[in-house]
Amino acid sequence: MSTETTEYTAPDSGSKVAAASAEFETEHLEVSMGPSHPSTHGVLRLNLDLDGEIVKKCDPVIGYLHRGDEKIAENMTYNQFVPYTDRLDYLAPLANNAAYAMAVEKLANLEVPARCQGIRVVTSELARISSHLLGLGAYTMDVGALTVFMITFTEREKLYRLFEELTGARFTTSYSRIGGVTRDMPDGWMDRVLKFCDEFLPLLDDVESLLTRNRIWFDRTADVGSISKEDALSYGLTGPNLRGSGVDLDLRRDAPYSGYENYDFEVPLGENGDCYDRYTVRMEEMRQSVRIVRQAIAKMPGGPFYAEDAKKIFAPRKDKVLTSMEELIQNFMITTEGPDMPAGEVYFEAENPKGALGFFIVSKGGGVPYRMKIRGPSFNNLSVLEKVCVDGMISDVSAILGSLDFVMGECDR
Amino acid sequence: MIAQDLKSALQETCVDLEERDSLDWPAFNCPIDSLAAMLKALHDDHGFDALMDATAIDNGLETSPRFTVVYHLFSSKSHTYVRVAADCQDDESPVAPSVTELFKSANWMERETFDMMGIRFEGHPDLRRILMWDEYPHHPLRKDFPLAGFENEISDPEIAANTGVKVKPAPMAGGPFVAQHSSFETKREPNAKDESWNEGNEKPES
Repeated sequence: MSTETTEYTAPDSGSKVAAASAEFETEHLEVSMGPSHPSTHGVLRLNLDLDGEIVKKCDPVIGYLHRGDEKIAENMTYNQFVPYTDRLDYLAPLANNAAYAMAVEKLANLEVPARCQGIRVVTSELARISSHLLGLGAYTMDVGALTVFMITFTEREKLYRLFEELTGARFTTSYSRIGGVTRDMPDGWMDRVLKFCDEFLPLLDDVESLLTRNRIWFDRTADVGSISKEDALSYGLTGPNLRGSGVDLDLRRDAPYSGYENYDFEVPLGENGDCYDRYTVRMEEMRQSVRIVRQAIAKMPGGPFYAEDAKKIFAPRKDKVLTSMEELIQNFMITTEGPDMPAGEVYFEAENPKGALGFFIVSKGGGVPYRMKIRGPSFNNLSVLEKVCVDGMISDVSAILGSLDFVMGECDR
Repeated sequence: MIAQDLKSALQETCVDLEERDSLDWPAFNCPIDSLAAMLKALHDDHGFDALMDATAIDNGLETSPRFTVVYHLFSSKSHTYVRVAADCQDDESPVAPSVTELFKSANWMERETFDMMGIRFEGHPDLRRILMWDEYPHHPLRKDFPLAGFENEISDPEIAANTGVKVKPAPMAGGPFVAQHSSFETKREPNAKDESWNEGNEKPES
């Protein structure tokens, strides 16, 4: 019994069949895929021009989730904008909060204490695991492997319990604040994180045993949606999608922030830039994230979790506001006028689960940004669709969408 | 130091190059005419191979030049950024050169800048709105655009009563789950939601 399935792998075989035989009369068809479609994960619409089953043109239509975050940011203080960052990449709010806080801290030239940096690393990496778990589950489900979805969502639920214990919220955490974090970790929380890590790695091996050498999975993803190195850079891809194409670039290692230079981790790379490589890169990234979390917890320094000397930026603790005059004034000034920021321009990018989340802040001094541009990695990751879907089969579109792992919240902002 | 080296190297391409105030990366102001050549020189000769961000700043209604386009380039070799800014000449209908041929990521970013700021990019292959719907008349990130939207005659009475601002809600075309009016979609999908009932008004008995 031979299992010759190569003949049916897309995209080449499809176009060959269509080109070779005139007897297969195909129909030209325009299909509007989305915005409410299970594999467009949110509100993305693709206007597809089909020739039979082959995609001839793909025009992504975005903006359905546009809330005007940049306009909103110009109309409120830096501190007030923190909850809006939860809603950018709403699958990894902890990482967004930290990225935004670090961007504003860069503007204020503010150093946060080592413990705060450590907490941000742990939470960002846990957010990465949670985001990749959802991305992987949805990706495999779109391609037809439902079991993986059950496993990854069970693990994700455990993570959300940890987040809830730490921040009080499961999704919209608003945990990192400018100049620190909201509250310190509860007692025993780090042990529970380590316990999660210990239980999580064997499950990841289980998932891998279901997928990595699975013939069906391989046929659906290998050589599908290949993105070359040059295209990946030119389209501004970042994160796992860029590394899946073999570009060795990870801001955590190359432009370290928040103390990432103190941790050992490897940056996994793909070779062909196809859907399969993007999957393997994400699997390995989750293992490396576990590695970083373990190191960060082992090295977690003591001390304050917020910058104590940043009296004009970080709101004082509530119990002190109600008992001390100085803190009361400080709290009043930060609430009414916003944090005291110097004038100038900064651009900061953090390596978020979906890619590089960037904030370009133009400040003219005072507590409100004059202009804030948010660079959502999913925006660029989706712009490559017009190239990568073309000449593939329509059934590959859902595999490609799943492998790009986008989230419309930060694409549309 | 790096900024100085880069500046002297770039002045071969553009003589009128000036350093721009920046709190982090090297930043330059260059005349809008030599912007494309400048970005090309950064891309070809200095290894800035990725355009991470392209946007614009509205400097305010009274200021001239009013609009400044800003580009952030990243080098995947040296892992540094550079910021290039250029003032658009015409305050009424600002125009900037398109760099889509150099960076493919510029395509969507310039569409977004056009959508939000109303800057036209000359040479862009497909300059359409991207986040707002095609018929939308304003450019919302301009400083003269109020947060709640412009007041108008045909405002929504419910929104006006609740907020005190006479604005129109976003039309249903362009909202989620409703298709645009084009021939092949209207036959299959509903093109307007039934909005005759909501929290305020009860659903009529049918």
